Amino acid sequence: MQDKNNSRRTFLKNLSTTALSTILLSGCSSQAVEEFFQRNFRELSKSDVDRIINKLEDKYFLKYGKKFHVSAEPAMDETEFAYGLDLSRCIGCRRCVHACVKENNQSREPQIHWIQVLQMDKEKGIDFSHSNVHYNPELVPEEGHFYLPVSCQHCRNPQCIAVCPAKATWQEPDGIVVVDYNWCIGCRYCMAACPYGARHFNWAEPTIPVEEINTETHYLGNRPRPKGVVEKCTFCVQRVRKGKYPACVEICPVGSRKFGNLLDPDSEIRYILENKRVLVLKEELNTEPRFYYFYGV
Amino acid sequence: MKFLDFILESIKIIFFKGSKAYYLWIGALLLLIIWGAFGYMNQLQGGLIVTHMRDPVSWAFYIGNFTFLVGVAAAAVMLVIPAYIYDWKPIKEIVIFGEILAVCAVIMCIGFIMVDIGNPLRFWHMLPFVGTMNFPSSILVWDSFALTFYFIINFIVATYLLYCLFTNKKYNKKLVLTLVFVSIPAAIAIHTVTAFLFNALPARPFWNSALLAPRFLASAFCSGPAILLVLFQILRKITKFEISNEAIWKIAELMVYAMFIYMFFTLAELFKEYYSGTQHLIYWEYLYSGIGKNNAIVSYGWSSIAMGFIAFLLFLIPRTRKNFITLNIGAVLIYSSVYIEKGITLIIPGFTPDVLGQIYVYSPSITEIQTAVMIFSLGALLFTFMVKIAIAIIFEGYRSRNVNRLVESLT
Repeated sequence: MQDKNNSRRTFLKNLSTTALSTILLSGCSSQAVEEFFQRNFRELSKSDVDRIINKLEDKYFLKYGKKFHVSAEPAMDETEFAYGLDLSRCIGCRRCVHACVKENNQSREPQIHWIQVLQMDKEKGIDFSHSNVHYNPELVPEEGHFYLPVSCQHCRNPQCIAVCPAKATWQEPDGIVVVDYNWCIGCRYCMAACPYGARHFNWAEPTIPVEEINTETHYLGNRPRPKGVVEKCTFCVQRVRKGKYPACVEICPVGSRKFGNLLDPDSEIRYILENKRVLVLKEELNTEPRFYYFYGV
Repeated sequence: MKFLDFILESIKIIFFKGSKAYYLWIGALLLLIIWGAFGYMNQLQGGLIVTHMRDPVSWAFYIGNFTFLVGVAAAAVMLVIPAYIYDWKPIKEIVIFGEILAVCAVIMCIGFIMVDIGNPLRFWHMLPFVGTMNFPSSILVWDSFALTFYFIINFIVATYLLYCLFTNKKYNKKLVLTLVFVSIPAAIAIHTVTAFLFNALPARPFWNSALLAPRFLASAFCSGPAILLVLFQILRKITKFEISNEAIWKIAELMVYAMFIYMFFTLAELFKEYYSGTQHLIYWEYLYSGIGKNNAIVSYGWSSIAMGFIAFLLFLIPRTRKNFITLNIGAVLIYSSVYIEKGITLIIPGFTPDVLGQIYVYSPSITEIQTAVMIFSLGALLFTFMVKIAIAIIFEGYRSRNVNRLVESLT
């Protein structure tokens, strides 16, 4: 939310910020230096993580004037998350997209959406080359169309992770593919490798309206990101590791979104796999997604 | 001590021993660097948003330039093979200038990677020991190894040869020959691994073809020698550098083979895609005919083909090959053809339409062009300096102060 106006007032404002930051320089620069030397998240000890998280919470407080909670909750035992999406129910309302943006502190300008909803022709079936993400009618669903929301498929064989030169992205024991925003160098090789367009880059400093910010965050999930790093859907790691549903599942007005633990035989996702006909996107690429599409009715 | 002398003398040669034209050229490059640096500063402050890259087209002009320059770096040294086989007389000079070009091209490559990444200060995260390098899984890591290795070999050989000349010491022929022969497969390796960088992505059918690496090598063998071809003629004019017309025509003749193979590979690729007519054809359609109103890169695609084809004819027909005007036009055309191919038409259709079938129309922003100009000018400046030192030492008899200047040069 930078003021791009080159007026005298902004000049003076800049001058005063410069003066202020010069005064704070000693403190700030030591923070920056410390961040520069910070290790990959997976190499950090418990006490390192605690210290870094404290620093982060202070930093976010300075930036947004709100008390943040940054969790580093690890994966639960005996858990492998998976997702089900009922193509016969989805009406393409995009409420999931916006719930996701809010829950996960995605940048509003430039705009980042972790979920892309594709409008498809019923005549063509699932055909990306004839799909459209920019549909904008008065009312959905539109005659002759169906909708296919796509976000990270949390593949068992994730090509994004294989190509990352710095091990800045990895798969957690519960199957969630995460990014260490403090380690990502921003080369975007993972974006070239992902067959689902699930990865998004912070082309500029992300902007989030302060009143809409979600302060309940996870280090590997929805905490505010710096510019120049890649981010993606984490199945709402900050929620699901506390036993809650992802925000998109909760908001869906038609109940087309299902989520659960594959290792729990009584879970809804297991019921779907056993009783419905499921499909995964681009199965020929051998990515083995944990994101299943199915026709519920 | 002697090496310090070598460095000091080199600096002297760069800054105080030039002609008017030389300083004019340096001045022009400096101006371009400054102009470009403004664009890059802009990008550093605002982020990569000032480029026209976006999520659907997440790599573009920078990576294209990087790819092109890897080819230049590789081909410069591969020219040593024919020089050796055909026993072109000034082989030592060809080696030195080829390796200087390779060194500068690799530095420009690294420059283009650095301006493309979102957090250049975190570059060390992918290094061994200090970072968490993803070896052997990430081809990017392989590529950085290959490039570093290649850079070191070429830098050592070029510096060592010049240093020996400078101090009138006999150079260790066995060592130099070994390094040169190692640098040849290394040259092939850097371009192959760079091709694999793209090739290894099944998500992008446009690059997922086994012909990609061979095509890379063939096209590199067209663009890299084109630079040296022109450089040799300039050197011949302004220095005592001697290279026979026959040697230059031989280079051109070899380039014809490379161009033919390049065209043949491209044709094979086009046949497969257009005859099969699968959904993967759409990337080629975006390149050569546009999709609907989206035809931003069609002109690039066809101009690359046209320039390459004209250059092929100019080099193929003996009369135009042996005429230095048409020969040089051909060299410029093939260079431009490969530059457009690697810079734009290789990268952009790989991303358009994107993996979900959506079309984002990309063309480079002014910032991207400025930044590219900055890196190219920096590379050209470096190349000028190094060539200047090499000329002074090889042809103008600059020697260490401790050495009698009249002592004959080696060989």
